Amino acid sequence: MGIDIRLPLGALFTLLGLILIVYGAASDPSLYGQSLGINVNLYWGAVLLSFGALMFVLSRIGARAAARLENIPQSPSSSTH
Amino acid sequence: MTGIDWLILGLYFAFVLGIGVILKGSVKTSTDFFLAGRAIPAWVAGLAFMSANLGAQEVIGMGASGAKYGIATSHFYWIGAIPAMVFVGIFMMPFYYGSRARSVPEYLRLRFDEKTRGLNAISFAVMTIFSSGISMYAIAKLIQTLHVFDGVFQRLGLRSSWIFDFAILISAIVVLVYTFLGGLSSAIYNEVLQFFLIVAGFLPLSYLGLKNVGGWSGLKATLGTSYTHSWSGLSHANTNRLGVEWFGLAMGLGFVLSFGYWCTDFLVVQRAMAAKSMSAARRTPLIGAFPKMLFPFLVILPGLIAIALPTQPAVPPHARVVVSAEPPGKGIIPMKVDASSGLPMLDKDGKPQLDYDLAVPSMLLHYFPPGMLGLGLTALLASFMSGMAGNVTAFNTVWTYDIYQSYIRPGATDAHYLWMGRTATVFGIAFSVAAAYMANRFNNIMDMLQLVFAFVNAPLFATFLLGMFWKRTTGHAAFTGLLAGTTAAAIHHGLTLPAGAVVGIKGGWLAVTHVYPSEMAQNFWTAIYAWSTCFVITIIVSLVTRAPEESKLVGLVYSLTPKPEEEPLAWYARPATLALMVLAGTVLLNIIFW
Repeated sequence: MGIDIRLPLGALFTLLGLILIVYGAASDPSLYGQSLGINVNLYWGAVLLSFGALMFVLSRIGARAAARLENIPQSPSSSTH
Repeated sequence: MTGIDWLILGLYFAFVLGIGVILKGSVKTSTDFFLAGRAIPAWVAGLAFMSANLGAQEVIGMGASGAKYGIATSHFYWIGAIPAMVFVGIFMMPFYYGSRARSVPEYLRLRFDEKTRGLNAISFAVMTIFSSGISMYAIAKLIQTLHVFDGVFQRLGLRSSWIFDFAILISAIVVLVYTFLGGLSSAIYNEVLQFFLIVAGFLPLSYLGLKNVGGWSGLKATLGTSYTHSWSGLSHANTNRLGVEWFGLAMGLGFVLSFGYWCTDFLVVQRAMAAKSMSAARRTPLIGAFPKMLFPFLVILPGLIAIALPTQPAVPPHARVVVSAEPPGKGIIPMKVDASSGLPMLDKDGKPQLDYDLAVPSMLLHYFPPGMLGLGLTALLASFMSGMAGNVTAFNTVWTYDIYQSYIRPGATDAHYLWMGRTATVFGIAFSVAAAYMANRFNNIMDMLQLVFAFVNAPLFATFLLGMFWKRTTGHAAFTGLLAGTTAAAIHHGLTLPAGAVVGIKGGWLAVTHVYPSEMAQNFWTAIYAWSTCFVITIIVSLVTRAPEESKLVGLVYSLTPKPEEEPLAWYARPATLALMVLAGTVLLNIIFW
């Protein structure tokens, strides 16, 4: 239906991750006193970035699987992926 | 809020609206608009099934309850949701999805009769409008209290009293645009987006908080066993923080209220009806149950941490957001302040009351620097908007299919109903805005309405249970049973009172014959009485009215429907396997947090 939701998810979290990483790397370390001295922007930004990338990868895998299904002639009507 | 926080919020808004615009192209028929073309994959529908219920009120409210009642709040997830989600997926979805009904009220018409459908459709439509209005009011109030927009408003020279109106207006417009364009698919996509945002915003919060208080064992040492055990103490209502005994909890919350919501409320069931196949529809609630099982650690835990932290005036250096003149509360939860006088509100013993609803927002402000703070607030706002969109999409479907097409204008073209659905989205949101302002002006009316909704909802599951599993149940019986159940709820409420409450909206308006140890206990028992009355009356009336023709009930009743054919799925993806895994996980969690 419409678009594969993993694409907007991938795009949003990649961008969020990049924003947080850049801000985390550039910001004053004294900012992180309240987060127990951990640069949460930097580390969590990296996690979000990898999640975004994973979504892109899963979307590619899903698209390939769907294409394979279509190439099989007279495949059962079910499309379970 | 600093520039970086606004950037993150803006990015989210751009995505939400962008998804609406992209999906507009694939909305061609009313089925596309109201049921997402029945083409949603199971995992997407599953996450939406869970997130449609996860409005901001839920996030804020669960954190508040965590601070108030402790880990026992997780009963609302573990016993109050998981079993019902498993039941609807395994046993009920074959009839909802298999009957090709387009809504829950439509199933009632197919199974029973027109009047039962009408009763359910009209009460549901009114209810969704008011609940979306009430949550809109709640979030606008929260934004006002947190002073997140104050800086910008000052810079732009706008009056800070407009923040409430601004918050309502902006959220109404955003939700309107994306549901108007993309219909249910748009709402579902945004619910999935919101799900991941909540995890992204709250997981680091729980981590930092837990690290700060010395882990779970540190939390246990600070708060004591009454906060950190979910079952011990439940043998009697007076020995636990909830003020409920195990039977009232298991029957009232775990059976009547939870099955009544997760198995019959169109708001969530609609997500499963949009799934692309029978097996996807059955797996929808089961897939949703996995994150549901783990969410207490994201939304309840921050509340516990907030109350466990050393009491201090919570003013993080960069945020001029919390008024420092406020007297300290407990932990980092501030005291409740009367909006008109500016004085702390006192309970009946003269002690200051805590504003538990600020537990989660205070945690965000306490631990998150700019950047993460933007992400956390965006997650809150996202959960609010998708909760509201859930109500709006359920409303426009029930309005168009069950009210407009049935009673006002039957037999029109599909394009006409698609137009009606879009129009209903507009006036549904307009009514919600009106309800939000009504909640702001007349708090009592809203309390009363919510009470009436509770009376209407409580007996519903008895009707569905009998309808789906006993072919003898008749339409007259279903209708009479529902009315009797609602009446029983009202009478029970009128005859009882929670301890320490005054007669009136809290109960006892007929006569006080019994006093419950807490309001929660009264609610649970009201539901138990309503359900039992509906169950018994429906059976009795069924037996004295003419049995329905069996040929008409094929696909609607368990004993007359062939077992759904299983698609060839890997063993671990089958509904029964998923159900067993999620139930085992829930039992394990209950044992760990005994």
